[in-house]
Amino acid sequence: MEPLLTKYVREPNSFTLDFYLQHQGYEGLRKALALKPDEVIEMVKVSGLRGRGGAGFPTGMKWQFVDKKSPNPRYIACNADESEPGTFKDHLLMERNPYLLIEGCAIACYAVGARVAYIYIRGEFLHVQHILEQAIADAYARGFLGKNVLGSGFDCDVFVHRGAGAYEAGEETALIESLEGKRAQPRNKPPFPAVVGLYNCPTAVNNVETLCNVPLILFNGAAWFASLGPEKNGGPKLYCVSGHVKRPGVYEASMQVTLRELIETRAGGARDGRRIKAVIPGGSSVPILLPDQLDTQASFDGVQKAGSLLGSAGLVVLDDTTCMVWLAGNLLHFYRHESCGKCTPCREGTDWLYKILRRIECGEGQMRDLDLLSSISANIGGKTLCAFGDAAVTPVLTGLKHFRHEYEAHIKEGRCPLPADWRARATVGAH
Amino acid sequence: MYSTDYIDQGTPRVDSSKTVTLEIDGVPVTVPEGTSIMRAAASIDRRIPKLCATDTLKAFGSCRLCLVEIEGRKGYPASCTTYVADGIKVRTESPRLTQLRRGVMELYLSDHPLDCVTCPANGHCELQDMAEDLDLTQSRYGLSGANHQHAPTDTSNPYFTFDPAMCIVCSRCVRACDEVQGTFALTIQGRGFQSKVSASQNEPFLASECVSCGACVEACPTVALTEKSVIELGRPDHAVTTTCGYCGVGCSFKAEVKDGQVVRMAPNRDGHANHGHACVKGRFAFGYATHPDRVTTPMIRGSINEPWRQVSWDEAINYAATEFRRIQAKYGRDSIGGIPSSRCTNEETFLVQKLVRAAFGNNNVDTCARVCHSPTGYGLKNTIGESAGTQAFDSVMKADTIIVMGANPTEGHPVFASQLKRRLRQGAKLIVIDPREIALVRTPHIEADCHLQVRPGTNVALFNAIAHVIVTEGLTKENYVADRCEIDSYRKWRTFVAEPRNSPEETAASTGVAPGLVRRAARLYATAGNGAIYYGLGVTEHSQGSTMVMCIANLAMATGNLGREGVGVNPLRGQNNVQGSCDMGSFPHEFSGYRHVGDPAVRTMFERDWGVALQSEPGLRLPNMFEAALDGSFKGLYVQGEDPAQSDPDTQHVTAALAAMECVVVQDLFLNETAKYAHVFLPGSSFLEKDGTFTNAERRVSRVRKVMEPRAGFQDWEVTCLLSNALGYPMHYRHPSEIMNEIARLTPVFAGFTYEKLDRLGSIQWPCNDKAPEGTPTMHVGEFVRGKGKFFVTEFVPTSERATRRYPLLLTTGRVLTQYNVGAQTRRTANVAWASADRLEIHPHDAEVRGIKDGDLVGLTSRSGDIVLPAVVTDRVRPGVVYTTFHFPDSGANVVTTENSDWATNCPEYKVTAVEIVKVNQPSAWQKRHREFTDRQLEFLKGGDVTHA
Ligand SMILES: Cc1cc2nc3c(=O)[nH]c(=O)nc-3n(C[C@H](O)[C@H](O)[C@H](O)COP(=O)(O)O)c2cc1C
Ligand code: SF4
Ligand code: SF4
Ligand code: SF4
Ligand code: FES
Repeated sequence: MEPLLTKYVREPNSFTLDFYLQHQGYEGLRKALALKPDEVIEMVKVSGLRGRGGAGFPTGMKWQFVDKKSPNPRYIACNADESEPGTFKDHLLMERNPYLLIEGCAIACYAVGARVAYIYIRGEFLHVQHILEQAIADAYARGFLGKNVLGSGFDCDVFVHRGAGAYEAGEETALIESLEGKRAQPRNKPPFPAVVGLYNCPTAVNNVETLCNVPLILFNGAAWFASLGPEKNGGPKLYCVSGHVKRPGVYEASMQVTLRELIETRAGGARDGRRIKAVIPGGSSVPILLPDQLDTQASFDGVQKAGSLLGSAGLVVLDDTTCMVWLAGNLLHFYRHESCGKCTPCREGTDWLYKILRRIECGEGQMRDLDLLSSISANIGGKTLCAFGDAAVTPVLTGLKHFRHEYEAHIKEGRCPLPADWRARATVGAH
Repeated sequence: MYSTDYIDQGTPRVDSSKTVTLEIDGVPVTVPEGTSIMRAAASIDRRIPKLCATDTLKAFGSCRLCLVEIEGRKGYPASCTTYVADGIKVRTESPRLTQLRRGVMELYLSDHPLDCVTCPANGHCELQDMAEDLDLTQSRYGLSGANHQHAPTDTSNPYFTFDPAMCIVCSRCVRACDEVQGTFALTIQGRGFQSKVSASQNEPFLASECVSCGACVEACPTVALTEKSVIELGRPDHAVTTTCGYCGVGCSFKAEVKDGQVVRMAPNRDGHANHGHACVKGRFAFGYATHPDRVTTPMIRGSINEPWRQVSWDEAINYAATEFRRIQAKYGRDSIGGIPSSRCTNEETFLVQKLVRAAFGNNNVDTCARVCHSPTGYGLKNTIGESAGTQAFDSVMKADTIIVMGANPTEGHPVFASQLKRRLRQGAKLIVIDPREIALVRTPHIEADCHLQVRPGTNVALFNAIAHVIVTEGLTKENYVADRCEIDSYRKWRTFVAEPRNSPEETAASTGVAPGLVRRAARLYATAGNGAIYYGLGVTEHSQGSTMVMCIANLAMATGNLGREGVGVNPLRGQNNVQGSCDMGSFPHEFSGYRHVGDPAVRTMFERDWGVALQSEPGLRLPNMFEAALDGSFKGLYVQGEDPAQSDPDTQHVTAALAAMECVVVQDLFLNETAKYAHVFLPGSSFLEKDGTFTNAERRVSRVRKVMEPRAGFQDWEVTCLLSNALGYPMHYRHPSEIMNEIARLTPVFAGFTYEKLDRLGSIQWPCNDKAPEGTPTMHVGEFVRGKGKFFVTEFVPTSERATRRYPLLLTTGRVLTQYNVGAQTRRTANVAWASADRLEIHPHDAEVRGIKDGDLVGLTSRSGDIVLPAVVTDRVRPGVVYTTFHFPDSGANVVTTENSDWATNCPEYKVTAVEIVKVNQPSAWQKRHREFTDRQLEFLKGGDVTHA
C-alpha cells in the first residue's frame, strides 16, 4: 500500500496551505458539505474507521452517540496529547501535514453538529502548536474555517489548547477536565463524553490520526477505505517502531502487515545482530508479546487474538540485553510518576509496585515480594477509575507471567543475572 | 467531620419523580431515578464501605472501597458513582469484595501512622471505622521508603490545623471548598504518590485564599483537618441543635459540648437555611461568649463621670425602675423609651416592645432595623403588601438571571453567597449593581455578565433607566400585570418611566453607567427566564431608600417576577434576627405583624390580652429620641443588646444625646460604646445561653436552644420580666414557649406557631396559620398579600449630599467577612487574624493626586466630623469613591456619616457621605478624645465598690 497519510511528509513545504491545496486539500470537506451530516456519519461507519488513540472504537459509532437532542452546543475535542511511551505518529502528522487534521476536525464538526473543535496538544509540543496555529490562521483567511465555510452556511472554529504535560491528560475525560481549566483527572463513566462532555455538553473525543483519516474517506469513498485493510480494520495505519531496532521511525502500512514485516523488513530488525527478546505492540500499556508471536497481523483484531492489544501502535522492541525486572521497574517509574493520584489503588499501589520492583532489581527482594506484586496488581487492575490502572499493572503481570524465572533469579542471586556490562546500560532512566 | 449523631448517606439526595426498583443483597429497594447504589443501599441500612464519598458532595469515585458486584455486569463498579437501574441485582458483600476492600485499606494503612489511641479523632474517624470494619490494623508492606509521615503540620489558621501525615488524599476538602464554599482555595498538588493537599500555591492556610469557612474541616474523614478546639478539649459528649447568632442567613448548628463548654459548632446538615454549611463567624468565632471582657455582674452609677458600682440584680433592677418612674413623673409619660435588639430572640424583642407599650405606657420603641432595612418594610408593604423577602434561599437554585444590588453576599451573607455561586456556576446570569467591584463580579468560575458601577446616591435614576428600557422595548409581562396589579397605578408608572428623561442615555450623566450596559442588563433581567433580585443596605441606606425598594418591587411586578420559585425580591437582612425584631413590633407605629397602633381593632385585641390601655399615637423613632434628648424632653432609655453609640450615624450627635439623659439602662454582654454613657448595666446573655427563636432573611423561624448556663444567671427575656415586674406591670413567663404562644395568639401571620411544631419541622417560614400550617416558603403565589400589586412613581431626587469642591469624594460603607457589625463579638475572637482594623479603600487615581500610598494614614473629613484610617489603594472602588467598614469603634466611621436620612423612614444615608481625604501622621481629634474617654470608662469599670457578687 502506498503511503496516504505520510505520502508528502518529506516534501519541504508539505505543511503549507498551498502545497495542501495542490494535493486534493479540502476536497474531502467540500464533499462532506454537500452531504447531510447523518450521511457523513454513515460513510464513516461504513468505512470501518476505528479510533487510533488506543481503544480502536469505531469512530462512526462514536459520532452517532453524540447527543443530537441536547439543547446545548456540541464539541469536537481532538486528542493530540500523544504521551504514550514509544508513540510519536501524531506529532509527525501535525508537524508535516497539519491541514489534514484541520480538515478532519471541520468534517467531524459538521457531522456531529458542532461548530467548535479544540485540539488539545501535549504540553511539550510547543513548536507543533505554532505550526498548527499558523495553519489554522491560513485556513481562516481562505475561508476553510470561520463563518460560512466554503459558502455552505456551516460555521466552524478550531482552537489549539496546549496541556501542561501530563500523560493522564490524554485520557478522554481527563482531557476534557483539563480543557475546562481543571486538573487533568478523569471523570467517572458513564455518563460518556458523547452525552456529558466538555462544559457538560455532548462531545466527541478523537485522536489526531483518526481525524486525519476522515478526509480520505470522504474523498475516496467508504468502500475504498475499508478495502485497504482486513475486515473491520480498514484504512492506512501508522506504526511507531522503537527500541532496539536498526531504523526506528514511523511506518505507514495497511493493517494486513505483520509485526515481523514492520520490525524486520521496515525497521531493519534488531540492531547489532542481537536476538529479540520481547515486543510491546501498543506503547507501554499492553501485554508483552514474545518473539514466536511476530507473525501476528498488526491489526486491532490480530494483535488482540495474540493476547495483547494494538493500542497506540507503538511497537517497543526489546533485545536480549534487556533485564525484564528493570523493564518493569522503568515502566512503573513512569506510571507512578504519571498516575493522576485520584484513586487510591493507583496512587498508592503504583508507588508500592515501583518500590518493590526496584528492591528486587537491586537484589534486595524476597520471594514473598512476588506475591505482593501480584496482590497489589490485582487490587489495581480492573478496580480503578480509569484504564490507567490496567495499563500500569500490565508490565508487572505479563512480566511475571513470561519471565518469572528472571525475577526469581534476581532474588536468589541477590543481583541481576544478566552480564554486568548489559546491566550498566539498563539502569539508565530508573532512579 | 460532621456532627457525631449524623448518618451519612454517601451521595447527595436526588429529587426525581421517577422511581427505580432494584435488588440489593436480595432486598427490593425503590429509590428516585439517578440515586447512587450507595445511597440506595443506605436507605435499607446497608452501609457500604466508603471514604471519598459523603452526602454533601458529588460522588468522586476515588477511594475504590465501595466496589460492589452487579449480576451480569463485568468488574466491580464503584457504588458511589454507579446509578441504580431497574431490575439490577446488587451484591454489597462477598468474599471477593472483602478481599478487594482489604487490599485498598492495606494501601491506606501503608502510608498512615497507626496511633489511633492517641489521635484526637479517635472514635470519630472514618479511616479508623473502615479499617475496623475490614478487620485490618496494619499493612504487609511495612513503612519502608518514602511516605508522607514527616510532613510538618500547618497550624497557621487560628481555628484548625492541617496535618498532611494524616491525609488520605480523598479530595473531600478540595471538593468541599469548590462545591460547597465556592472559594477554590484548595487543590491537590503534584501527581500520583506525590499528590498532596495544598492551599493556594502551596501556602499556609492563613496566607492562602482560604476564607476559613470550615467546609473542608467538616468534610475531612480523618484528623488531617481538625478544629484546634477539638485537639485541645477532646471529644464532645453531647450536641444541642441551635441557630447562629451572627448574620441574617440563620444557619443551623449542632453545638457540641463537653463539660458545659462548647467544643465545636458543627453546621447542621439538616439545616434548611444552610444545608450543612457555615462561615468563619458562625462556625468558629464563638469564643466571645466566654471572653474575660464579659461583664457578668449588674452595675449602677449616678452619673457617667462616676465609677461603676457592682450591685445585686435586685438593686440594679429596682434602681432602674425607680429612675424610670421618677423621670416619667417629672418629665411626662413620653420621656422614656426602649430599644430592643435585632440580635436577641423574637421572644425577647416582643417583651421589650410590650414593656414599652404596656409598662412605660407609650410607644417609644424603635430598633436598629431603623438604620438598615426600614425602607424595605415601607417599600414592600406599600407595593406588594408584606414587609419581608418573598422567597426561601433555596429558590435561588431555580433563578436564571440574578441581580445583586448594594449587597456584598460573599462578605455579609457568606453561606447564602455560596449557594448563589453554586447556581451561577450552573450557568445563571449575574448582574451586579454596586459602586464597588465586589468579589462576585469576578471570582473563580464566576463572572458577572454586567457590572453597573453606579455612582453612590443615584440608584433610583439607574433603576428608572432599567425600567425605561424594559417598558419602551416592550419587555413587560402585560398579562401578569393585568391579572395581578392595580392597572391605573401601572399605567401611571409606565408613562413615567417611559419619559425620555429616564432613558439610560439621559441618566448616564448622573449615574455614571454606560447606557449600553444598562440596556443589556435590563434585557437580561426581563427576558432570561426567572429573574431574582437580591439586595442589601446599598439599596436602603439612602435618602431615597424607600423609593429604591419601590423601584425594585415595580420592576419585579412589571416583569412578572414575583409569586413563584426562582424569582422574587429578596432583602438580605444583616443581623441574625433583624427580620424577627421587625416582625415582633419593634417599630413605634406598629404592633407585631406590622399592624398600625392606630388601628382600633388591633389595639383593642392587645389591650384585652395585656390588660392595659395602649396609646394610639406612634411613638418616637430613634433619631427623634436623640433629638428629644438634646432638647431636654427625653430622659430615660432601656437598650437591650444594641449599641447606637457606634452603629448609628453621626456619632457625636448620638453621644451628646445619650449624655443628656438621666437614666440609660444598657443590657449587653460587654461594656459597649453606649454602655459608656449608661447609668445602669444589666449583664446580657449570649445566644448560647438562652432559649428562643430567631427569624432569618427568608422569614424562617428557627429555634435557639440553651447550650450553656447564662453567665450572669438570667436569660435576657427574664431580665425584661424582672424590670417590668419592678415597674408594676407583671410579666410571668416560665419559658419562652409561653411568649411564643402569646405572639401566636396576637399575630395572625404567626397564628400557627408553637415550639412543639418547630421541634417537629426544624424551622418554619411565616406566614404560618390555618391557610399554611407548615409555613410559606414562597409568598405572593397567585395573589399579592396586598391583593392587587401597586406601582409607585419613583421620581429621582438627588441627595443633598453631593461631592463638592470642599468634599470632592463620596464615602460609602460596608463590612468584611470576618467581622460582624460593630464588632463587639468578633473583635473578641481570633477573627482579628484576618481583619484587625477598619481601612479606607481609595482608587489609585485619587490616591496619586493626593500623594497617598498603600498603608498611609489618611484623614477623612466630612461636614460631620473627621477620623483617621490606614489607606488601601485599590481599583475595586471607582475614581471619586472611597469605602470603609465600621467594625472598630476606635476608627469611628460613623463620626463622619451625616444626619441625612430616608424621606419615608428616617433610615440613615450611610452609603453616601461627601468627604475629603488628606495624608496625615496621627489620629484625629475625635479619635484621641474617644480613646481618652474609653480609657476613663474602663477605669470606672475596675473602680467600683463590690457590694454583692
Ligand atoms: C491513561 C490514558 C492515556 C491516554 N492517552 C492518549 C493519548 O495520548 N492520545 C490519544 O489519542 N488517546 C489517548 N488515550 C485514549 C483516549 O482516552 C481516547 O480513547 C481516545 O482519545 C479516543 O480517540 P479515538 O477514538 O480516536 O481513538 C489515553 C487513554 C488512557 C486511559
Ligand atoms: S487509575 Fe490512576 S490515573 Fe486513572 S484515575 Fe485512578 S489514579 Fe488517576
Ligand atoms: S476553610 Fe473553607 S475556604 Fe478555607 S480551604 Fe477550607 S473550604 Fe476552602
Ligand atoms: S485533608 Fe482530609 S479531606 Fe482533605 S484529602 Fe486529606 S484526608 Fe481527605
Ligand atoms: S466511596 Fe465510592 S469510590 Fe470512594
